[in-house]
Order: sequence, then structure tokens, then C-alpha cells
Amino acid sequence: MDFINAIILLLNYIFIPALTYGSQLALGAIFVTLIYGILRFANFATGDMMSFGTMATILFTWYFQSLGVSLGVLPTALLAIPFGIIFMIFYMLLIDKFVFNYYRNQKSPPVQFAMVSIGVMFVTQAVVRIIIGPGDRRFFDGEKFIIKAREFKEMTGLNEGLALKSTQVITIFVTIVLVSLLFWFLNRTKTGKSMKAYSDNEDLALLSGIDPKKIVLVTWVIAGILATIGGALYGLDKSFKPFTYFNNMLPIFAAAIVGGIGNPFGAFLGGYVIAFSEILLTYAYKKFFMYILPESMEPSSLVQLLSTDYKFAVSFSILVIVLIYRPSGIFKGKVL
Amino acid sequence: MRKNLNVIAAYSIMMVLILMVGIFQSWNIALSIFNLCLISAVMTMGANIQWGYAGLINFGIMGYTALGGLAAVLISVDPVQEAWRAGGFDILMSLWLIVVMVLVIRFILKRFEKSKIRTYSIAAIIISGILLIRFSAEPGIEAIEAVDPAKTGFLGGFGLPIIFSWIVGALFAGGLAFIVGKVALGLRADYLAIATLLISEIVIAIIKHEDWLTRGVKNVIGLKRPAPYEVDLQTTDWFINLVEKFNSGKLSVIENLADRQAALNQLVIEGSSVFVKLCYSGLFLVVVIILLILTQKALYSPWGRMMRAIRDNEEAANAMGKNVVKQHLLIFILGSAIVGIAGAMLVTQDGLFTPGSYRPMRYTFLIWVMVIVGGSGNNFGAILGGFVVWFLWIEAAPISLFLINFFTAGIPETNALKAHLIESVPYFRFLLMGLGLLFIMRYRPKGILPEKIEIK
Repeated sequence: MDFINAIILLLNYIFIPALTYGSQLALGAIFVTLIYGILRFANFATGDMMSFGTMATILFTWYFQSLGVSLGVLPTALLAIPFGIIFMIFYMLLIDKFVFNYYRNQKSPPVQFAMVSIGVMFVTQAVVRIIIGPGDRRFFDGEKFIIKAREFKEMTGLNEGLALKSTQVITIFVTIVLVSLLFWFLNRTKTGKSMKAYSDNEDLALLSGIDPKKIVLVTWVIAGILATIGGALYGLDKSFKPFTYFNNMLPIFAAAIVGGIGNPFGAFLGGYVIAFSEILLTYAYKKFFMYILPESMEPSSLVQLLSTDYKFAVSFSILVIVLIYRPSGIFKGKVL
Repeated sequence: MRKNLNVIAAYSIMMVLILMVGIFQSWNIALSIFNLCLISAVMTMGANIQWGYAGLINFGIMGYTALGGLAAVLISVDPVQEAWRAGGFDILMSLWLIVVMVLVIRFILKRFEKSKIRTYSIAAIIISGILLIRFSAEPGIEAIEAVDPAKTGFLGGFGLPIIFSWIVGALFAGGLAFIVGKVALGLRADYLAIATLLISEIVIAIIKHEDWLTRGVKNVIGLKRPAPYEVDLQTTDWFINLVEKFNSGKLSVIENLADRQAALNQLVIEGSSVFVKLCYSGLFLVVVIILLILTQKALYSPWGRMMRAIRDNEEAANAMGKNVVKQHLLIFILGSAIVGIAGAMLVTQDGLFTPGSYRPMRYTFLIWVMVIVGGSGNNFGAILGGFVVWFLWIEAAPISLFLINFFTAGIPETNALKAHLIESVPYFRFLLMGLGLLFIMRYRPKGILPEKIEIK
């Protein structure tokens, strides 16, 4: 019995939260990696673009709520996400046309692109804050829990409860669907393959008649979908605050690089690597050991490797180690 | 003279702008803008050395600034004797352990050939060392943090005059830069940017959460000052006389003696804070001028030419026998050390150390905007960038408020859109910075005052 309790404890406090957080990071990381692989720059506006998409989703959610439209037990935001995506893509294309396009034609070095993306970051931050303000916004509605901890305890008679939030299930489910669709698109369709070719060797791809404008357009469309959904899922699960989104850019970068930047599948796994290591290293295992060890060996301390304050620092340290020993990431191999 | 005309013109315009703030808003605001402009200028000089001279991208400016600030705390705060008695020994033991660990690793690196076993054993030593240190230091840390946590709860510093911290801050930042440089400088430009950004976040995380050393988010307030205190000045005779002399015209108009005294008191209060700010301005100006002379000398020295050669063509410079790796490390340390000075200056001026306030937006990206806008590679440009961008950063809110009111003059105050816009005035500074950066990068990619290479 104690053993099952220990497993449930880990599931409840480590596995499910890490899986959710990892999914949110993974979507952002694929976004970063696509931009890096195809448009060839590190996009420092990642977090703020995600917050823009989320903001658009929130505005539509509010609009639907005012109309009285809802999805019953599911959050209304799911209905608003497609509209948010359209806004996000429109914004990204606008930025691309007026900002990035020029430097692409000039064949500027990646560093210059990165600097320009900082300018975009400032502008996007301002736009988001002017429209929706810097405060904390919750836009979740519908049923909050699928399984409540207390109900679970009553149902199974265990000491430990397992709480399953609907946002966690939605996040994981949507991520799986979206990522499968994306990989299908990249690996099986003609456009996806031409994107791959463009990323591998630009000149060769151009010679074989691939239209660079179309590639760029498709990349931004996919990026817009990923950014909005990733941001909205994070906002549903936690809450929406522009500053948090800016900060999330850092673990997202970490995930993309750990997975091997330019490699979408690596970025997908990198998200989970970062999320799991953050939570595994900062969790206090005292209770876990209390269940599995005999009473005489019970630990007196919290058995916590690092205090939770260092959550972010863990992912950054992993990144630094990866950068030093394996700059091409854990899952190198083919690029895109 | 002729060829420096644009520099002189740009700086004169900047000074006039600051003077206008003094005349129309208040001298207090003008001077606080000026002081922070000077600090920003020091930071931009540091970043400019790295980016403009050597083409190294350092997004970790925030980390070095914070370390400079930490130096100010560690130098100027009086030691907390009780905390030292409670946990000083444990902390010293841990420090000693760290030194031993580093020496062992160095020994292994020197003695053994590069192999998998060596890498793994070093990793094992580091991990077990960290765990050992963590468990051996824990009781000491807890004891220290328990010493009067509302007031101290940390070890304190050395109790020296705070001005020394400017040098120590440079040393701290340089030391960190040495480690970061050893680790990360081999990376490609954009990787280096991300790596330094994340390392600076780690530094901030440590400063925020190691309460025994820095007091963490509880902040350290009331640091010593190199300048006199306002309260003391207000009761000093020579200062009151000075204020009276300056304002004799204004005061003589007031007939009533009591009114005149009240007016004088008001002027003395205002004057004292202006005077203190002027003291800081003087100190900062000295630093900026010294650094400017040194950096200009360096730029036009053979060393500066070598740096530019390395920046423009690394491989060619390497082929000419220049040690690129070593020079990159050197310039990374120098630039970061200058940023460290700025960090210490900032805390000195504020008189408080708030680890929670170090955010990449303000201390990394804004500094980069300054360097790019001002003109990378040109010290005068970088300093000007610091001035212009900081000035706009502060004055963006009043300017945008004015513009909003101007363009919506016909719309009544109760209009929801207008009210919303006026409410979000503080965020227009981000917009202004972003647009400024984008426009400069597009239409004047070398900045307001571009780099010019003079061959003498």
C-alpha cells in the first residue's frame, strides 16, 4: 500500500505537473527552433509573441463570454484560440514584412537579426501592455478538476490524493495532437519537405525551384499556431501575465538548444527534459522516502537537492552544460 | 574640429535637453536623469568594448551589474559580529572546500590526458563537492539567517567606505567574466548571447536566494554614502548661507520676515537634495572621463587595432599570430569589469541594494539599445547612446501623455479609449525604445555617431 502511495505522490507532484509544463515549453521550443532553422535567427521576441497570441485569445474569450457562448465544461478559451491564432499570424506577418524581410533580403548576419528581434520584443511588449495591461489575468472557465484529490482518496482508500486538473489534460492532449500533425506536415507533405530542404541548404533549395516567400509565409503561419496555442495553454493552466511570458522565453530557449536547435523533434523532447529536471531536482522527497523506507530509516531533512528558488537556474545550468559539451544539443542528427 | 562637429552638436543637444528638463520640470529630476545617464554611459562603455571593439555579444550585463551592486554591499556594510560568531566558521569551511575542489580539478586537468574517465571524474568531484558543501554549510547558513532576521540575518560586509566598492565591483564582475569567458566564449555569436543571458539569470537567482550573503529579497537599505546627507546639510550654516546667496534676488522680494524664512527653508530643502545629486554627478563624471580617456587610448593603440582586426576577420588575425582566444577572454573581462563599476555606482547612488529589481529588460536589453543607438565601436557614440536612451526612457511617459492629449484633444475626458490610453502611458516607453531601435538599425545601422577609423 505504501508503495502505491509513493507512486501516486510522485504522479501528483512530479509527473503530471512536469508533463504539463513540459508540453507548454515544447510548443514554445518548436516555435523557436522553426524560426531558427528556417529563418536563421534566435528570436528574442518569442515570449512576447506568445503573450500577444494569448492576449488575442483572452480578448476573444471575453467577447464570447459577453455573448453568452460557452463550451459547457470546457473552457471558452478553446473556442477563442482559432481567432487568436488568426490575429497572431496577422501580427507576425506584419512584423515580418516591415522588419525581418529587409534584413533577409540584405542577407544580414544572424546577430543583426537577433538585435532586430530585440526591437520587436520591445514593441510587442508595449503593444500587449497597452492593450491589456501588465496585470495578472485569469480567463479559465468551465470545470476545473477532472479528479479531485479528496474524491480520489475516497474512491481508492489511499492516503495520497491524485488531483487531475482539466487544464492539464487539455494541455497534454492538445500538444500531442498538434505535434503529431506538425510532424506529419513536415515529413509527409510537399511543403513540409521543401521547408526541410530550405533549412538544410538554402541555395540548393532555391535552385530546385522552391519559392522562398512561400516557405517564409508557411513558417510564420506554423509559428503563429504554436505560439498562440502554447501561450494560451500556459495561461489557462497558470495565469496570463506579460512579464511571466517574457521570463518563460528563457526555459524555452533552453529547451530548444538542449534538444538541438533547428531540430523540431529535439525541441519537443527538450521541453520535457527541462521541465522534468526542473521539478525533479527541486522537489522535496521527504514524504516519498517516508512511504518506501522502513520507519527506522526515515529521513530527517527535506531531502531536497536544490531549493525551489533555483527552479529556473536548474534549466539554465543544464543548458550551459549542454552548450559546453555538446553545442549541437542532445538530439543532434538531421537538421529539421 | 570640423570632423568632430557632429559629436559636439549631438552632445550639446543632449545637454540642452537635460537643462530644459531642469527649467521646465525641476532641477532635481534633471540631475537624477543626468546621474543615471552617467551610470548608463559607464555600462554602455563596457558593452561597447565587448561588442564594438571585439564583436563579442554579451547579454549578461545584468549579472555583472548585480555583482557590482553586491560589492557595494559587501564593502560598505558593517560586519555583523553576531552572525560571524554564529555561522562564520561553517561558511569559511565551505569556502575552503570550494578552494580545495577547484585545486583538485586543476590538478586533474594538468596531470591527466583528456579522456572520458577524466571528464566523468571531474563531473563526479563537482557534484559530490556541491552536495558536501551544501550539507556542511547548511547549519551555518541557518544560524546566520536566524540572527535578527528583520534587521540583519546576513554576514554583513567589511565596513569600508563605499567608494572602494567601485574597484571591488570591477574585480567581482571581471572574475565572473573570466569564468563565463572560459566556458562560453568558444560558442557562436547567437549561442553566446543566449548562454550569457542565462548565466546572468543564474547569478541573479543566487544573489536573490543566498540570504546569508546578500540578504536576498529582503534588500539591504541605508548604505553609507560618499556624499553628505540632506538632513545634515539642512542644518549646516555655510550651506544655508550659500542657498541664501544664490536666491538673494528671489528672497529680497518677500517683505514679510516670517514668509521669507519659510521660503528660505523650502529652498534649503530643495537645494540640499540638488547639492547631494551634484556631488554624485561630480564623482560619476570623474569615472566617466577616466574611463573615456582609457578606452580612447586603448582604441587607437596597437592593441585596439588588433582587436578590430580580430573582430573583422578572426581567421586572418589568427593567421597573423594573434591569440584570438586569449584576446577575446581579456576583452570580455575588461568590458564586464567596467559594467561592474557601473553596478557599484548605481547601488552607491541609490543607497540600497534590491536584488529583486535586476531584470533583463532594464539591465541587459536597454543597455544594448543604448549601444546600438549610440553607435557601437565609438566611445562617444556609446556614451551618447546611454544619455539619449536613458533620457527618453524617463521622459517617454510625459512625452506620450502630451501626445495623447494633443491628438485626442477633441475627445471628452470620459471617453473609454482615451482614459485607457492615458492609464497605459508608462508602457509607451517600451514602444518608443523598440521603434527607436528598429529605425536606427534600419536607416542608420552604425548608430547616431558611427565608428570611424582614423589611421594616424
